[in-house]
Amino acid sequence: MNISEKILAKASGKNVVHPREIVDANVDMIMVHDLTGPLAVEAFKRIGVDHVWDNKKIVIILDHQVPAESVKAAELHKMLRKFAKEQNIRLYDVGKGGICHQVMPEKGHVLPGTLIVGADSHTCTYGALGAFATGIGSTEAAAVFATGKIWLKVPEAIRINVKGRFQKYVTSKDLILSIIGLVRADGAIYKSVEFAGPAIRGMSMAGRMTLCNMTVEMGAKNGIVEPDEITRKFLEGRTDKPLEPFESLKSDADASYAKAMELDVTGLEPQVACPSSVDNVKPVSELGNVPIEQAFVGSCTNGRIEDLRLAAQILKDRTIKNGVRAIVIPASQEVYSQALREGLIEIFADAGAIVCGSACGPCLGGHIGLLASGETCVSTSNRNFIGRMGSTEANVYLASPATVAASAITGRITDPRELEASET
Amino acid sequence: MKVTGTTIKFGDNIDTDVILPGKHLVLMDPKDLAKHAMKGLDPAFPEKAQKGIIVVGGKNFGCGSSREQAPLALKYAGVQCVVAESFARIFFRNAINIGLPVVECKGVSAVVENGDKLVVDFEAGEIQNLSKGQSLRVNKLPSFILEILSDGGLIDNLRRRLNKK
Repeated sequence: MNISEKILAKASGKNVVHPREIVDANVDMIMVHDLTGPLAVEAFKRIGVDHVWDNKKIVIILDHQVPAESVKAAELHKMLRKFAKEQNIRLYDVGKGGICHQVMPEKGHVLPGTLIVGADSHTCTYGALGAFATGIGSTEAAAVFATGKIWLKVPEAIRINVKGRFQKYVTSKDLILSIIGLVRADGAIYKSVEFAGPAIRGMSMAGRMTLCNMTVEMGAKNGIVEPDEITRKFLEGRTDKPLEPFESLKSDADASYAKAMELDVTGLEPQVACPSSVDNVKPVSELGNVPIEQAFVGSCTNGRIEDLRLAAQILKDRTIKNGVRAIVIPASQEVYSQALREGLIEIFADAGAIVCGSACGPCLGGHIGLLASGETCVSTSNRNFIGRMGSTEANVYLASPATVAASAITGRITDPRELEASET
Repeated sequence: MKVTGTTIKFGDNIDTDVILPGKHLVLMDPKDLAKHAMKGLDPAFPEKAQKGIIVVGGKNFGCGSSREQAPLALKYAGVQCVVAESFARIFFRNAINIGLPVVECKGVSAVVENGDKLVVDFEAGEIQNLSKGQSLRVNKLPSFILEILSDGGLIDNLRRRLNKK
């Protein structure tokens, strides 16, 4: 079996599972946020049970429209706080957490070998820690609140073996964009995507989270990386729970895959996903002149301290071009504090960027930083669909923090290596 | 279980941001959500869907965000069923969980036209295209999913199952 099959077998009390088999699995942890939680709470109340199945295995995180951007949002937040209090569920409120997919791993709610479901499509991020994690909807979340169980079809798997060394200013974001360009937006529907090989083993937890985060953009059920010493180190001080032995979470040598891919990152250039599909991917060098009005560094894809360091490295002692609005959002309160200690916030402010409190921000076009018609944004987030960040006549390009920072300086989408070369 | 209706056709990779833009996610009443259904592609959609229609999609219908408000908006706008080449998995589950039937039908976008009248028979796994006199095979839904749909969604299905115990 591969690692995903091993986790699903354990979760459903079986020795072996096979692709396409439907299993009834026990959930180890479930997360809902402020846009999916309210419907889940309403649905839970209709089921007719008084208490959730296990209040220690449920987490509620307010991150999408925080601090409340409207009275409607404020009412939804109030409702979630009330439910959390009634059921004694852990809720990360404004200023205490941040973006759900950063908070979950950071606060030790994600452990290798566990089955995690979340009422958000980017729940697949947690596969970076060797968990089987997948997105569900609100009604299904309510059913899990009540029963702790979910039916799942064991996915077929794609194994992506990556070798080579990234060039300067080329990141895991460029890798996952190039993979989505190859696999296409529907190329991994219902499937598991397993990342392996020396380039993955050498990658930070932040880089692995970026990779797994975007597997849903090719339709995948989950993305996953076998846990290793980098995983162990990340978890140090974040959990006191015993960890499952990592040897039992390795894919067997004879594990079967629907497809295997071999990639080398050595020659990889910075990539962008052009409007309005995540699989419309090109190297920045082939893009031509694309002027921008907004640049966004943040989101569950690229709002981690490593991402902010990279953006700051480029923005230090430079000025954001007039006519460009640059928005930086640390993914969590922990990342915010760390960025403050390292002087990164000062670099952003001095360059002329606005730094906002930890939340989803402009990514989903529901809160701050929306785009007007005809405007273009280059963003480190994960989706560039029509209307995603505001007007249906705005354009969103997806790129790495390095590319977004370089573009904020020049006012057009720019290869960060080109910026450096032009100034020396 | 059967559904009859005329079709409104869409292409590949119809994402949940065009089905229901993020700024409307604070709306809790499905009837309010319905007013914004498909706003990203066709603001007149809710009016067209009112009489009860069948949506025909291409590959990867419902990709993107896990927002259940997307299938809810379609259902309350008047969509009785979505037939597509393939679905994004979360949308597929969400639709079933809120009682909106969804079926996969390979080749549907090539042979069904906008405005065709279809009868979708879920138990038989078949679509009759009354406008063209054709029949198409669909991927049959497992019996436990048909049960969820005939109960009207997962919550009512769960209530029934929990009460049985």
